[in-house]
Amino acid sequence: MAGARTSTMTGILGWLDQRIPVMDTWNKHVGQYWTPKNFNFWYYFGALAGLVLVNQIVTGIWLAMYYKPSAAEAFASVEYIMRDVEWGWLIRYMHSTGASFFFIVVYLHMFRALIYGSYQKPRELVWILGMLIFLALMAEAFMGYVLPWGQMSFWGAQVIISLFGAIPVIGPDLVVWIQGDYLPSDATLNKFFALHVVALPLAILALVGLHIIALHEVGSSNPDGVEIKKKKDANGKPLDGIPFHPYFTVKDTFGAGVFFTIFAFVLFFEPTFGGLFLEKDNFAVADPMVTPASIVPVWYFTPYYAMLRAIPDKLAGVAVMGAAVMILFLLPWLDRSPVRSIRYRGPLTKIAITLFVIAFVVLCYLGLQSGSTAQLWVARVCTVIYFGFFLLMPWYTKIDSTKPVPERVTYHAH
Amino acid sequence: MRINRILGLLLALCSAPLFAAGAKVHLMQSGANISDQASLQRGAGLYFSYCASCHSLQYMRYSRMAQDLGLTEAQVMESLAFPGAKFGDTIVNAMPAGAGDKLVGGEDWFGKAPPDLSLTARVRGKDWIYTYLMSFYPDPTRPAGWNNVVFPNASMPHVMWDRQGIQHANFVDMEKNEKGEDLPCKHGEVNGRCFESFELAKPGTRSAEEYAQDARDLEAFLQYVGEPAALLREKYGLWVILYLLLFTGFAYMLKAEYWRDVH
Repeated sequence: MAGARTSTMTGILGWLDQRIPVMDTWNKHVGQYWTPKNFNFWYYFGALAGLVLVNQIVTGIWLAMYYKPSAAEAFASVEYIMRDVEWGWLIRYMHSTGASFFFIVVYLHMFRALIYGSYQKPRELVWILGMLIFLALMAEAFMGYVLPWGQMSFWGAQVIISLFGAIPVIGPDLVVWIQGDYLPSDATLNKFFALHVVALPLAILALVGLHIIALHEVGSSNPDGVEIKKKKDANGKPLDGIPFHPYFTVKDTFGAGVFFTIFAFVLFFEPTFGGLFLEKDNFAVADPMVTPASIVPVWYFTPYYAMLRAIPDKLAGVAVMGAAVMILFLLPWLDRSPVRSIRYRGPLTKIAITLFVIAFVVLCYLGLQSGSTAQLWVARVCTVIYFGFFLLMPWYTKIDSTKPVPERVTYHAH
Repeated sequence: MRINRILGLLLALCSAPLFAAGAKVHLMQSGANISDQASLQRGAGLYFSYCASCHSLQYMRYSRMAQDLGLTEAQVMESLAFPGAKFGDTIVNAMPAGAGDKLVGGEDWFGKAPPDLSLTARVRGKDWIYTYLMSFYPDPTRPAGWNNVVFPNASMPHVMWDRQGIQHANFVDMEKNEKGEDLPCKHGEVNGRCFESFELAKPGTRSAEEYAQDARDLEAFLQYVGEPAALLREKYGLWVILYLLLFTGFAYMLKAEYWRDVH
């Protein structure tokens, strides 16, 4: 056959391989993807995020089979799933617990990139694609939380959508356009359902695909920040690289086991996580006439919510909140350090990262509180630290001392 | 289940400061246990005698309740259910509650429709129902003659007063700080005064311990109604975790075996 590619495989796989690049793809991304052997604890979370994504999609498909996207029926349909659908409670809790765990693993995955400089050249695009996933994930989670149509679904949606109203000139019309009504209503719920189950999952899957393709093009970084491609053997294989399969497939299987054990502990014994994963007020049906005592977003949004509240002016608050997320995109260009990993950086960077983490966790906590005057001032200080971390980065990373980076990765066989 | 308690305690320790700010009233510890089937059965009995005529359980089915509480269809349909109800029906009450109802409904009786209680235990949280049932006292200024420390100015009268008896509530004025601002009450506030203690004025048909058990049984029953799946969760949870631990152990051994040749 003219033009047919030859394949080392026979049978059905051989037939396929002559027509679609089965073997090439497998080798490029799995079988011969050279992965640094010194990956540590922090390198589990990328694979785990992928696993949670699969969990969300599969459980989401089953939930959509029973859920009714209408303001009149949504709340009751969720209770129907919890009570009358066989194993419905398990599917629903896997999805709701999965949402919070998605953010836990994604925040840890981003923290890994931060401390080991994974975003530095040539991995800027990997970081940017990851940030786009983070943005899509926030939209996905927000809309998903609206679907059960409880009190927090309704009032949370009302608060978040109204933020767009702070935009000058077009704001008020934009709010009506998003809601399809003058307040969150049946039209909003229907629209969010379409976005939550079709548009955003497609976007997230496409972005995750690109994130992985971009990563595999430049290769993975590692806790030493050493480019393993610089030292190759006679066959062109990196000396410190090992094939992703089987080494990391078995390692990540172990990681998945630990992860699912913790996940199951929460799911089976404390699925609401004391009101953090599923808020108490959301077990009451949405009622536009009754405002809850305090409207608090789910924990993964609270750092940004705390910043919003800390700013007295609404437009400025929205701008600060938006900037807090968008500034992360600039990270590859803000970091002027000649070394990647925190292992070889000086005290200034270490102090900066420590302060940043403390500020982020404190903001997360404050966003869950009622917001007393003292708390507002703490939130303001933390907001300044948060932005200071990024805005001063070109300066402190440049003047900070560094330690010599080794030629090869550090690895001690167990 | 022990593991559940330990986890619950840990969680309570972690989350207590998070949610303490919102709660004005110090809730009593009910000690309710949804794994105690006898307690759930007693709670169901009390519910249908004292609560069900006003409060529906619109998401709960008679059949599911019978199955989970170890009751037969005959027991439920003959001694608990409303006349004319079918075994597969949800527990909706005799008193129509909805606004716009042509019939005389709860709103006409109490000025406010008695709420459905399917999810009250989940909305209010653990021990709230128990504390609520323990906190009624006579108040002539209220239309029904009763008030409640946990839920001030609630429309509901104390329907179980014959069992508990009548307890009076002692109040003191709110303390003020140097600036003359009111300091928050320690044990709950009703209409600008701080609750101090209860005093039994007229005993009921049940002793104090027996009435506390009644309240505990109702707390347990409504916790169960709020999430019937909790019984299944706790039943399967330990096995799932044991399986996952075993799986993780084998996965670790497999990983160690493969990684032996990485130097």
